[in-house]
Amino acid sequence: MKLRMKKLATCLFLLTAAATPAFAQLRLTITEGVTDPIPIAVVPFARAVPADGGLDVAEVIQRDLESTGRFKGMPRNDMVFKPTTAAEVDAPGWKQQHNDYVVVGRVSALADGQVRIDAELVNVLTGQRVSGPYSVAPASNLRSGAHRIADALYEKIIGVKGAFATRIAYVSVDGKPPTQRYELYVADSDGANRVRILASPLPIMSPAWSPDGEWLAYVSFERRVSAIYVQHRRSGKKTMVSARAGINGAPSYSPDGKKLAITLSGSNGNLDIYLLELATGELKRLTDDPGIDTEAVMAPDGTVYFTSDRSGAPQIYRLSPGSNERPKRVTFTGSYNARPRISPDGKQLAMLTLDQGSYRIAIQDLANGAVQVLSKGRQEESPSFAPNGAMLIFAGRERGQGVLQTVSVDGQVSARLDADAGEVREPVWGPFLPSTIQP
Amino acid sequence: MTIKKLVSIPALLATLALLSGCPSKKPDVPPAPPAPTTDTTGVEDPNATVGDTDATAGPPGELLSKRIVYFDFDRSDIRADSQSIVAAHAAYLAKNPAQKVRLEGHADERGSREYNIGLGERRGQAVRRALALQGVAETQLSTVSYGEERPAAAGSDEQAYGLNRRVEIVYLK
Repeated sequence: MKLRMKKLATCLFLLTAAATPAFAQLRLTITEGVTDPIPIAVVPFARAVPADGGLDVAEVIQRDLESTGRFKGMPRNDMVFKPTTAAEVDAPGWKQQHNDYVVVGRVSALADGQVRIDAELVNVLTGQRVSGPYSVAPASNLRSGAHRIADALYEKIIGVKGAFATRIAYVSVDGKPPTQRYELYVADSDGANRVRILASPLPIMSPAWSPDGEWLAYVSFERRVSAIYVQHRRSGKKTMVSARAGINGAPSYSPDGKKLAITLSGSNGNLDIYLLELATGELKRLTDDPGIDTEAVMAPDGTVYFTSDRSGAPQIYRLSPGSNERPKRVTFTGSYNARPRISPDGKQLAMLTLDQGSYRIAIQDLANGAVQVLSKGRQEESPSFAPNGAMLIFAGRERGQGVLQTVSVDGQVSARLDADAGEVREPVWGPFLPSTIQP
Repeated sequence: MTIKKLVSIPALLATLALLSGCPSKKPDVPPAPPAPTTDTTGVEDPNATVGDTDATAGPPGELLSKRIVYFDFDRSDIRADSQSIVAAHAAYLAKNPAQKVRLEGHADERGSREYNIGLGERRGQAVRRALALQGVAETQLSTVSYGEERPAAAGSDEQAYGLNRRVEIVYLK
C-alpha cells in the first residue's frame, strides 16, 4: 500500500449521528487518523422512492469508509456532476478535483419489500471501472445493505474485507452508585439500530458472541449471585446455563459454538477455568491452581488463553484442552496483563496491560512476542477484535464516564463512540453476518 | 518491514507448530476433580433470590452496626482496624446459629473486570475464614463477589477506591 501513514494527533472529522435518534445513540469521532487519507467521492445514489425510506445510502457508505480514518470523502457541494453509473463518470474531471476514486450507484425496489443497491467503483487515476458490488436488503433495514456495499468497496481498495456490516454488543450503566441500572445492548458497528437485550438493577457483565452471531452469553447478577446465561438475539429466549455455588463468570464461546469456556470458583472461592458443553451441560475442568484463573478465550485452533495470577500478578497463559500439559505463560512484558483476546487469524493477542501506571490496550505478536501498546488513556479495558482483525474495540474513560473506543491494530487510527447518556463499557465485536452480497 | 522479517515470521510459526506437535509430557498435576457442584439444573444457592435482604437490617450495637470491612490496595488480609468489627459479628453469629450472612466482596475499578471479580471473592473468603475461625458455622456463611460492578462511591480517586475495596456483611432474613 502506498499510503504514507503518519500520526495526526488531532480530530479530523466529526461524524454526527444519523437520523431517527429515538433513543440514545452512539456517536463516532475519529481522534487519530492517517495524515494522507485516500480521497474518494461517494456520489449520491439514484433513489428508489418510496422503497428506500429516504435513507441516504451514499452517506452511510461515506461515513463507514471515513470511520476507518483511511478515507476522506469529497464534500457534496464540491461535486459538479452527480452521475449514477460508471459510464457517466468523467475520470479526468474527478481526478482534477483531487479524487483517487469515485463511487456511484443506484437503489431499486424489488418484489417482497426487498431493495437492491448497485454500486460501481471508478479508479480515476487509472480509469479502471469496477462494476458491482451489489447487495439486497429488506427495505426495513436498508442500512445493512449500504454497510455491505461499504465492506466490499473497502476490500476492493484496501485489500481487507471491511467490517461495517457487523454488530457490537455492550453494557450500559445509568445512575449513581449504589443505585445503578444495567443494560445490555446490541447495535450496528456504527452505533445505529440499537436494541436492548436485557435490563437489570443488578450488574450485567462479560457479554460474548456466539460464532454465528445469533446468541449472546453473559453474566447477570439478577439473582443477587452470579449466573451465566445464553440468550437468542432475535427471539430474546434466555437460558441459564450455570448458576453454581460461588462465581459463574467470563463466558466465551468455542470456535464451533458448542461449548462455553467459563470461570467457576465453587464455594471455596478458587477460580478455575472450565469447558461447558451447551447441549449436555457436561463440565470439564481445564485448570487447577490456587491462584485466580479467569477470562478464558479460545483461539481459532481451540487453544485456550486465560488470565492467571499463579505467578503473583495477573499474566496471560495458554493451554490445549486435549493435552495434559501444564499451562504455559505467554506474557512477560510488564507486571499486569489480563483479559486476553485472540485475532481471527490466531496470530495476535490483544490484552489489558499496565503501562507506565495506566491500564491500556496492547497487542502481542504470538510468533515473536513483540508487544505494542495501542491506546493512550489512563483506564482502559475489554479489548475485542473486529472480525476482519483490522481494528479493536475497547472501553475507555472520558471525563470520568465510560466510552467505547476503537483503534486499528497498527495503532495508527483511533476513534471514539460516545453515548449521549450514561456510561458504556465492555464492547464486544460480533462476527461477520451471513453474506447476501455479490462480489 | 524488511524482507528478512517477512521470512522469519513463517519460520517462527513453523517452529511453533513443530513444538506443539511434539509428544506431550506426562502431567505432573492430578487429573481434574469433579466440578465444584452436584447441581445439574443450575440453581444451587437457595438464598439467591432478589428481595431477601434489607440493606439496613442487622443486629444493633456500636460494632455490629458496622457491617463493612475495608481493604488496602491489592490486599485481601483484614486490617487491624477492622478486626474488632469482624470479631463482634463472629460472636453474634456464633450465638445465633440460625442467622445467615452473605459476604459481598468488592474491588476498586482499576484493571480487568473479571479479574476483579476474583479479587472481590478473595476478600469475601478472607472474612469468611475469619468468621469461621471464631466459631461461626460454615452453613451460616456464603460469599458473592461483585468485583468492581457495584461501587459504593463514584469517582476515580484514592478516596473512592478505598471506599470501594470492601466486604459487606449482609444479614439475610
